[in-house]
Amino acid sequence: MSKIFVDKKAYEVNPKQNLLEACLGHGLDLPYFCWHPAMGSVGACRQCAVKVYRDENDTRGRIVMACMTPITENMLVSIQDPEVKDFRAGIIEGLMMSHPHDCPVCDEGGECHLQDMTVMSGHNYRRYEFRKRTFRNQYLGPLLNHEMNRCIQCYRCTRFYNEYAGGKDFGPQVLRNLVYFGRAEDGVLENEFSGNLVEVCPTGVFTDKTLKQHYTRKWDLQMAPTVCAHCALGCNTTAGERYGTLRRIVNRYNSQVNGYFLCDRGRFGYEHVNSARRIRSARARRDGQLADIPKAEALDRFSSFAAAGKMIGIGSPRSSLEANFALRALVGPENFYAGISDAAHRLLGEMLAILRQGPAPASLLQIEHADAALVLGEDVTNVAPRMALTLRQTVRQVWLDKAEKMRIPRWQDHAVRELAQKDHGPLFVASPYATRLDDVATETHRAAPDDIARLGFAVAHILDSASPEVPGLPEPVRAQAERIAKALQEAARPAVVSGVSTGSVAVVRAAADVARALAKAGKPVAFALAMEEMNSLGLAMMEPKPLGEALEAARRGDAQTVVVLENDLYRRAPAETVDALIGAAAHVVVLDSLEGRTTEKAELLLPSTPFAEADGTVVSSEGRAQRFFRVYPPPGDIQDAWRWLADVLGLLTRPEGLSWKNLDDLVEAVARTFPALERIRDAAPRASFRIAGAKIPRQPHRYSGRTSMLANIAVSEPKPPEDPDSALSFTMEGAPVEPPAALQPFFWTGGWNSIQSVNKFQEEIAGPLRGGDAGVRLIEPAAGSAPGYLNTVPAAFTPRSAEWLVVARHHIFGSEELSANAPAIAELSPKPYVALGAEDAASLGAAEGAAVEVKLEGGSARLPLRIESGLPRGVAALPAGLGPLDGITLPIWGRIELTR
Amino acid sequence: METPLTAKIRPDGEMIDLAAYERAGGYQAARKAMQMAPQEIIEEVKKSNLRGRGGAGFPTGQKWSFVPLGADAPRPKYLVANGDEMEPGTFKDRVLLEGDPHEVIEGMIIAARAIEAERGYIFLRGEYTDAGQRIGRALHEAKEKGYLGKNIFGSGTDFDLRLHMSGGRYMCGEETGLLNALEGKRANPRAKPPFPQVSGLFGKPTIVQNIETLCNVPHIIEKGAEWFQKLSLTGDGGTKLYGASGKVKKPGCWELPMGTPLRELLEKYAGGMQDGVQFRGLLPGGASTDFLTTEHLDVPMDFTSVAKAGSRLGTGTMIILDDKTCPVGMVHNLEHFFAQESCGWCTPCWSGLHWAEEILWAIETGRGTPADLERLEYICKMTAPGNTFCALAPGAAEPLQSALKYFREDFERHIREKRCPWRDGQ
Ligand SMILES: Cc1cc2nc3c(=O)[nH]c(=O)nc-3n(C[C@H](O)[C@H](O)[C@H](O)COP(=O)(O)O)c2cc1C
Ligand code: SF4
Ligand code: SF4
Ligand code: SF4
Ligand code: FES
Repeated sequence: MSKIFVDKKAYEVNPKQNLLEACLGHGLDLPYFCWHPAMGSVGACRQCAVKVYRDENDTRGRIVMACMTPITENMLVSIQDPEVKDFRAGIIEGLMMSHPHDCPVCDEGGECHLQDMTVMSGHNYRRYEFRKRTFRNQYLGPLLNHEMNRCIQCYRCTRFYNEYAGGKDFGPQVLRNLVYFGRAEDGVLENEFSGNLVEVCPTGVFTDKTLKQHYTRKWDLQMAPTVCAHCALGCNTTAGERYGTLRRIVNRYNSQVNGYFLCDRGRFGYEHVNSARRIRSARARRDGQLADIPKAEALDRFSSFAAAGKMIGIGSPRSSLEANFALRALVGPENFYAGISDAAHRLLGEMLAILRQGPAPASLLQIEHADAALVLGEDVTNVAPRMALTLRQTVRQVWLDKAEKMRIPRWQDHAVRELAQKDHGPLFVASPYATRLDDVATETHRAAPDDIARLGFAVAHILDSASPEVPGLPEPVRAQAERIAKALQEAARPAVVSGVSTGSVAVVRAAADVARALAKAGKPVAFALAMEEMNSLGLAMMEPKPLGEALEAARRGDAQTVVVLENDLYRRAPAETVDALIGAAAHVVVLDSLEGRTTEKAELLLPSTPFAEADGTVVSSEGRAQRFFRVYPPPGDIQDAWRWLADVLGLLTRPEGLSWKNLDDLVEAVARTFPALERIRDAAPRASFRIAGAKIPRQPHRYSGRTSMLANIAVSEPKPPEDPDSALSFTMEGAPVEPPAALQPFFWTGGWNSIQSVNKFQEEIAGPLRGGDAGVRLIEPAAGSAPGYLNTVPAAFTPRSAEWLVVARHHIFGSEELSANAPAIAELSPKPYVALGAEDAASLGAAEGAAVEVKLEGGSARLPLRIESGLPRGVAALPAGLGPLDGITLPIWGRIELTR
Repeated sequence: METPLTAKIRPDGEMIDLAAYERAGGYQAARKAMQMAPQEIIEEVKKSNLRGRGGAGFPTGQKWSFVPLGADAPRPKYLVANGDEMEPGTFKDRVLLEGDPHEVIEGMIIAARAIEAERGYIFLRGEYTDAGQRIGRALHEAKEKGYLGKNIFGSGTDFDLRLHMSGGRYMCGEETGLLNALEGKRANPRAKPPFPQVSGLFGKPTIVQNIETLCNVPHIIEKGAEWFQKLSLTGDGGTKLYGASGKVKKPGCWELPMGTPLRELLEKYAGGMQDGVQFRGLLPGGASTDFLTTEHLDVPMDFTSVAKAGSRLGTGTMIILDDKTCPVGMVHNLEHFFAQESCGWCTPCWSGLHWAEEILWAIETGRGTPADLERLEYICKMTAPGNTFCALAPGAAEPLQSALKYFREDFERHIREKRCPWRDGQ
């Protein structure tokens, strides 16, 4: 720590930070624009000016930009000096010269960093009296609005989009006061992280287009801390509601997980909550049709099925631990099945076992800090999108380290980039097809899943000869394995990433062996396995039985009632298998929030809550248990799945049902039943938590219309709904005190209305939130334990003559079930296709777009052909989770024929 | 009087080719340098007190001494000759580039040896097409002879030198903007530190040097630092290419001892003012320097003395203002240029210069108010050195702030009379 003096007061600061960060970290108000806590400093806007003084005798001082100034011991600084205050006001005056001043009609208004900084600087009246510069706006796709007249030329957008996220189709054009930030022509922004521009841009140039469909000011949003429902990384989000509809998602800072950024699926997938296909009341089948029934009747029916016995439950990786647990309790552990394909189940079980033995699953922050990475068989961008943005920073670490040695501070962003140029640290990507990270990869390796596994095992063997040797490896692959091993060995902090993309246990095991070999060599290896769904790992930790056994049970007549928890089984197994399961049962009960193929088959359908209306705990692929909270009370008879199930247990007078009064009771039950889940208790404070005797309000202090918003229905203001499940309230009242991170409903503080107020909640800038980031890690293998190698080297892949190995290809937009129901995401989803390599397509005599017949065990379909030059011979790809064959678990051998 | 820089230039305006250049003693300095250790060359240049002729006047030898030398230094290292010369009123590098391209090349060969650079670029203003052709020809000749490329002069070291024609922006002349432009990026400047000597072109140690600066180097090596010092009338060593434009009898460019007094330049070399016009003031070193007026005519034109008089030597090529030209119109013209050339990176510059241009045009066209003068002063304060990211905006403020000081009555008269007295006839 160093000591500095700001306006004569002493502060202890981290000498590795710059002066702006040090000041902000101590709660001092110093305006800024171009600096970003995750992207560092470039000194463009000149807003963060302060004065520094040579010594006590220096009375004039010198104006410097705080963001470009390193800390020196005992430095003398003034923020309040009149001359520099005047300079900062002058900068705002300059920025505002052509600004439209359209706050009342601007989507950014009320949470605008430019507004906040303007007020902070004291600038009031514009003296510029000439014509303003104006721009033409662009169509940028369904996610973002573009309103260039509001631009202040701070360059944050291009620094994020081009430099941080690797986008290529956007950038600054022209110069002087006419710099234009946009694309060469109108069109959908290509980068998967474009939505972050909403928060990165300090003005209303880039705003959320989905929010605009149902616009509400931040101050009018009822908000709650939640967790992204669209992959397993567990990014922390804040969701906002008004008048019973979900309005938007913004990032909720968590230094270990998502930091400052989300992916576009996570930000814009929320609209499934507002879908017209929402199930809003209980329904029962009458004369072949599903018709609404009262809640009491639904519970009666359900409990009568339960009383009859022979009931099985099918859990879900997109449901909370509590919901899965309640189902498990209702049907009994022996009748609780995983709602995923058997292959996915095996793979998930394998991943859990591997992580439990170690190395422990890494946080995204750990992966970001790695200085070399191997991505083995994983399409990170399309399965665990936010991790791809992380890996783009991983490849910069080598140069950040080098820069630091040359006394270029890590935060001096452009200086580090100028030094590094296009060079990146080692990143190796092995995948059957091209991936979005290839552009920053040192080397790529295209192969079938088994060959990818062999490459991984070969790397492990080179790192440690105690791990199994790979027989018959072709020389170029062996040489590549040598290069990969060398890079990982030379790294101080290597990372190994794999996951579910190839659907191959061998690939995951190979990745584990590489990670283990590195760990054995004493490296602090960052090991991560990508998974698909919000609670994939949590479901696995509850040890459900495989889905295939449910079918057997049904065939045996042991499944008179099948209860399906928040799951479309037609995405998990071929239609005939699901039909057989459902057909064998006398009663089918489905709990879900959206109509789908499975809900259509229900005899009894119970409306459960999508994430924004739900409370629960999920376990991310990092093994981090995180609690999410409802944003608003679910309307009508909709309630959490766990509550439906607890109600039935209550009607059956089962002890659990009688004792489960709120979420905490379920959390407690889960924690007591599963030692591995014991710590979920600490994921967030209990419902009884109070600050100064009060709950934490979900509504901001400026929430308007509370007394009148329902006046068209009744003039008296209704009593706010109670929330028995959390320490959050559906009101504005509460102590103006900072809640623990897990309960933080929104970031907002005096004078800092925009999301950048998160500065005020951190221990230090870009550090953990005060009191610790949200969530608890559940999987920490004992230190020093050295797990053995997995010793399962598969044989080399051999193409077959008339068959192809059909692998899954994930799509960030389209492959994930819930977000695919959000209109903006659906618009970006690809149409169903089958892909072949160029040579294979030629051997088939099929051109791009030709109609081909794909015949798999479990179903066939006619699909247009996509030629992807990188695909290895003998391998075909189908989009995961979309299209007519989405229930068939891949990879699988199948025939592909040209349609005559 | 010795004129080492321009002595070889042919009176007919054609370039001097390699053979003629060598006959006149050319490339002897380069040969000599090949026998010298890098540190020796740097020491000699340091002793000569050669200061950069690109405008800032930074001691050249000292700049070179910041480049890491030896086996551990990052490679390749670069030497870049700055021939962007877009400073309004400046045309002195052009004289050298067109007249004696081999002198530029020889200077670069020696400088490259001093910093152990293996690659070099001549970054040339896009409009300098004649110079471009001549440099191209000279590069070819030198390569043929083995003076460039691999194992130059049989010394065992390589120097690969190439010509780059600029896309054309004033900012491309600022050394770090130049580096970005050379890398194919927007010509925004880079933060210093790190200085280009440590992390420059493509992230490698780089020296950017003005054309005229480089042309001095062979002569220093050939004749020694002491000789070079003595060429000058003052402490700053060597000769200087001075120039004059405006309503003088003989506008032009002359190589004279450093420190030649302004009055001598104006009266003896530029031939005094044209008949019927009176001298009012001048910008001594290009558009981005402060006005000097009659009271300053005895100032010796070197870095130290001009700075003492409240301006800068800059490029040493002066623009002269006469009494038949409107100072407001002149300054408006300059600020129009600067506002247009602002790279758009930092707020005080892109917003302030645009505003200044608008205000000046309002005053010039009879729409000015007394408050406008305060605003112009305010803009000059906002764009002071250190407040902006690079030196373009502070340079742009110099003619404006000094015009407000020396020609204030003219500004006030525009505002009072709501017209330009020059435009509408006096
Ligand atoms: C806006 C701007 C334009 C410049 N243009 C030139 C130029 O055209 N030629 C040049 O030699 N120096 C120019 N400079 C100065 C360079 O930044 C740099 O100082 C110079 O090339 C260093 O060479 P020297 O030390 O030999 O003078 C310019 C500086 C600024 C701020
Ligand atoms: S669009 Fe936004 S982020 Fe980009 S430069 Fe303009 S104000 Fe800054
Ligand atoms: S989809 Fe995944 S990566 Fe994207 S915001 Fe959600 S949790 Fe994060
Ligand atoms: S002063 Fe600022 S805007 Fe102007 S040219 Fe330099 S960096 Fe660009
Ligand atoms: S925040 Fe420091 S210059 Fe922009």
